[in-house]
Amino acid sequence: MSDELSDQLGSNQQYALHVNGQRMEVRDAWLGESLLYVLRERLGLMGSKGACEQGECGSCSVLVDGQLLCSCLVLAASAVGQPIVTIEGIAPVGAPNDLQQAFVDAGAVQCGFCTPGLIMAAHALLEATDEPGEFEIREQLSGNICRCTGYGRIIEAVQRVAVARRSEAT
Amino acid sequence: MTDAATRTHLRGRLGDSIARPDGVGKVQGSFQFSGDLTADGFLWGATLRSPHPYARIVSIDLSGAWAINGVEAVVTADDVPGQLTYGLISSDQPVFAADVVRYVGEPVAAVAADHPDTCRRALAAIVVTYEVLTPLTDPERAVDGSHAPIHPDGNVVRHQRIVCGDQTIVGPVVVEGTYELGMQDQAFLGLEAALAIPDSGGDGVELFVATQWLHEDRKQIAACLGFPDEKVRLTLGGVGGAFGAREDISLQVHSCLLALRTGRPVRMAYSREESFLGHVHRHPCSIFMRHHADRSGRILRIEARFVFDGGAYASTSSAVLVNGITHTQGPYKCENATVDGWAVRTNNLPCGAMRGFGVVQACFAHEGQMDKLAAAVGLDPVAIRLLNAMETGDRLITGQVIENVAPVARCITETAALPLPTEPVGGHDRDPLRLPGGAGLTADRRHIVRGIGWGVAIKNLMYSETFDDYSTARVRLADGVASVKFATSEVGQGFVTIAGQIARSVLGVDDVVLEPIDTTIGSAGSTSASRQTWMSGGAVDGACRLVRERLFDLVGLAHQVDPLRLAIDGNDVVDPLSTLRVPVAEATAGVVIEETFEHHHRPTEDLDELGQGNCHTAFAFVAHRAVVDVDVELGLVKVVQIATAQDVGRALNPLSVVGQIEGGIAQGVGLAVMEEIIQVDGHVRNASFTDYLLPTFLDMPDVAISLIEEPDPMAPLGAKGVGEPPTISSTPAVVAAIRDAIGKDLHRVPVRPSDICC
Repeated sequence: MSDELSDQLGSNQQYALHVNGQRMEVRDAWLGESLLYVLRERLGLMGSKGACEQGECGSCSVLVDGQLLCSCLVLAASAVGQPIVTIEGIAPVGAPNDLQQAFVDAGAVQCGFCTPGLIMAAHALLEATDEPGEFEIREQLSGNICRCTGYGRIIEAVQRVAVARRSEAT
Repeated sequence: MTDAATRTHLRGRLGDSIARPDGVGKVQGSFQFSGDLTADGFLWGATLRSPHPYARIVSIDLSGAWAINGVEAVVTADDVPGQLTYGLISSDQPVFAADVVRYVGEPVAAVAADHPDTCRRALAAIVVTYEVLTPLTDPERAVDGSHAPIHPDGNVVRHQRIVCGDQTIVGPVVVEGTYELGMQDQAFLGLEAALAIPDSGGDGVELFVATQWLHEDRKQIAACLGFPDEKVRLTLGGVGGAFGAREDISLQVHSCLLALRTGRPVRMAYSREESFLGHVHRHPCSIFMRHHADRSGRILRIEARFVFDGGAYASTSSAVLVNGITHTQGPYKCENATVDGWAVRTNNLPCGAMRGFGVVQACFAHEGQMDKLAAAVGLDPVAIRLLNAMETGDRLITGQVIENVAPVARCITETAALPLPTEPVGGHDRDPLRLPGGAGLTADRRHIVRGIGWGVAIKNLMYSETFDDYSTARVRLADGVASVKFATSEVGQGFVTIAGQIARSVLGVDDVVLEPIDTTIGSAGSTSASRQTWMSGGAVDGACRLVRERLFDLVGLAHQVDPLRLAIDGNDVVDPLSTLRVPVAEATAGVVIEETFEHHHRPTEDLDELGQGNCHTAFAFVAHRAVVDVDVELGLVKVVQIATAQDVGRALNPLSVVGQIEGGIAQGVGLAVMEEIIQVDGHVRNASFTDYLLPTFLDMPDVAISLIEEPDPMAPLGAKGVGEPPTISSTPAVVAAIRDAIGKDLHRVPVRPSDICC
């Protein structure tokens, strides 16, 4: 980063983000960096993926203050003070939760690049409703593009989890 | 969905629908894609690209880039130490343009710097002075020779004819049409990315990259860097989809060059816009076809002319052309044909491999013709196809005899037997979101018409025209654990899943370790042409069988039994003629058995001047039936259902096969109704996911699947490749359904609202 640009745009900034229940210091950052960039390149949380950087594909989906959003469209510095949940915060490594395991078992994963974003979107959907119909799943997940699967097995995975969670609850 | 996906076991053998071994890492975000790889002290690399489709480079001034703090390297063609050009079939593409740029996006220079934004500013500070030339954008002008050569190799990449049988036959029934396909993008989600790490002395480099073929990449990179092959070591970085777009080099040489120049690791990662410019696409194609038939509808002769627009560089255009023209007849009997095919160079984006590889284009035309023929003789779409359906033993127009299992009629009848959608026109429960156009809420229920259409395809498997695209595997068995090594690119298709299934089945073990996918073993060939299940599956199977022979020798010797009597049962070596039963783990305690095997497919021939020769290795077949709802006033299409029966030989992992079928159909539907890279005078107008439309959850129809399992005796495991067929005839099926709904001819994909309404 050049000195000139640093002066203009405020490099060497220091702030803290609250990610997956932890306070994380961001040092020497440029304020123009997206949340996706900071998560990946400054905090080492590589699970969120960038595939369009225009908010069209959903691969970078995270929760900020409970809201599902595309981290490529948010400035990291604007998320200061809000709880952020990334794919790494869904379950510990090696211990996938029921939704993640259902994706694996149902064949909802091929190349897997869209998968972390889809897990975040499906997680948000199942938090909001415990009985999503097929069309509701399609509608709610339509901000996430998958190029490999044709979506059928993903819908199957989400339905399986919804059914299992309901039967557990009763 | 059939019951195909229900056979699930934790540690499956062949035929089981087990889950992927990399699945948990992928759902947790811990699986490392090539863009996630990093190294201490790394720099970012970035590429300067031509803004012009055709221009002479007058001068390049790099001083502005060098003046920026944080810039560590700036390289151009002058800095390429080895061969200045690369390419899959002919080396006609410059690593960096030196004197002429031939397409918008052609690399001119590259930089390495401390931050992606420093890179962007450095690229902006490079001053290239161009003398803009008038681009060649009409492929017909390349065919007719009316434009001066835009490349030293000329404007025609390949011209190939097929002349077969009696050229004088004129049918009592003649139908003809001209068909056009736009340029489709593979649009994998995981953008091009790599990490290059220079050797300490600068006399070699290690590259972690998402690619379809490590060894071919290595060959091209080494040549450009002026290194022997062994000085370039490649490891597969996690691949976020491929679909053909990673068969050609993109950032490989650039990243290695920057790493060697700076002596530091270099990460490169394309943006989406850059990805659209930086890889090859599906060829736009114009096809004229004329079918002669008798009054019953039996095909007598086909005349055809194909023009594939290859864009600025050759890539695989010559092979795409041969695939296209040799599939002119589709999966139908035909004894007489005259075909003229051209693959040409223009100043449009370079085109090469994409799922279906030339056959998508041919199929769109021959299926349009079959429907015209059906109408001309008064048959329905199913009857005309059954009447002409190809069988094992039939001869293609190249003279090649189909020796594979060829269940074309069964594909058609089993597809026809799948239930039509229960969803009424306009969708259940009168929700306006379910109408064509969805959330746009523009459709009017009264204007919606349903249509049904068909598409049937034949697809060659593996490489053609004398290419020996062998695959290598090494298997080691020790203490009841099998380790399997191969260089097969896992791009999402699931070879890593079936590799384990093969080893478990052949060796009677549960534990299989897959070693890193890299160039420390022989080539696996490319993950393309629906070939890895057959080729790398054959290699893993072959290596396992060699290991098993030695295992049986050991057990035979220890128990005084003829090893030829021994077999695997569960996790044991058994002698079916006695009570002998020895667990594999026990038999291999403290023993290491290791074998390497290369699987080669049978040799193929070049086409001669008349397009005759056994040029292909093997074939697979598929049928698709599409149901669409069309708002005839607004030209909006909703694909309601695709039904398909596919000739898979044997489903080694039915869940994986279903995934390939559903995913392939999504790409076929995309080409039918929405996907096209728009170029105007060589300039790309929609290089983003905002403007290049991809099927979403709401665009993708229900899919009904029937797997046709007739194990092919020619295939090592009886299994045919399954990746490409779903993409091929789903497109014409959707278009036929739209034609059926609106009662109008449509000859171009993607079908646009204006095509429906005009």
